[in-house]
Amino acid sequence: MALIREEDAVEIRQRLAAMVDPVKLIHFTQELNIEYGRETRQLLEEVAALSDKLSLELYDFLLDHEKVAEYGVDKVPATAVRNGKDYGIRFYGIPAGYEFAALLDAILEVSQGTSELRVETKEKLSAVTRPVHLQVFVTPT
Amino acid sequence: MENDHIRADCIEATEFPDLATQYHVYAVPRTVINETEVIEGSVPEAHFLERVLKAVEEDQREMTNDEQRE
Repeated sequence: MALIREEDAVEIRQRLAAMVDPVKLIHFTQELNIEYGRETRQLLEEVAALSDKLSLELYDFLLDHEKVAEYGVDKVPATAVRNGKDYGIRFYGIPAGYEFAALLDAILEVSQGTSELRVETKEKLSAVTRPVHLQVFVTPT
Repeated sequence: MENDHIRADCIEATEFPDLATQYHVYAVPRTVINETEVIEGSVPEAHFLERVLKAVEEDQREMTNDEQRE
């Protein structure tokens, strides 16, 4: 049974039509001891199917050590959103509810290669030379 | 996206209860910057930026203190 309802799929497909460059969803999961592993993978597969410019790569958290290290993933399920460049955008857990909207926004901005932030914000951020790790906690409701 | 030094995680709190406890997540959204700065709820872009820059400043200050000590 599909996780994304038909009406929603139509809307999402329309939104994703605005994509410019192709985007890859790099997904890490594992067989056991993971709460929404199967559902997360299915959800991502359904989203990826809604645009020719969106693709999904699947990796096993326990087996694909090189990829896990490359993407700096320390918990699963994990999804990186990237184009030719990895911007360090990660979604941990099932991207449902509020997080789903954030995922679509991320896909679109990565596809455009530029964020929706204001010019002043971008200017101030470009001057940052120290590492910054942002962790935004959300819930599905 | 705006700076290669910045990385961002969106974490679904109910699936990672240990993290939720570690960072005292009781209400969402809760944003943690570099383990130290915390932003409760959604805030305007300018405020968010201010907090990011503040965290960077803190980090810079600590780094300078460490260097001076050596």
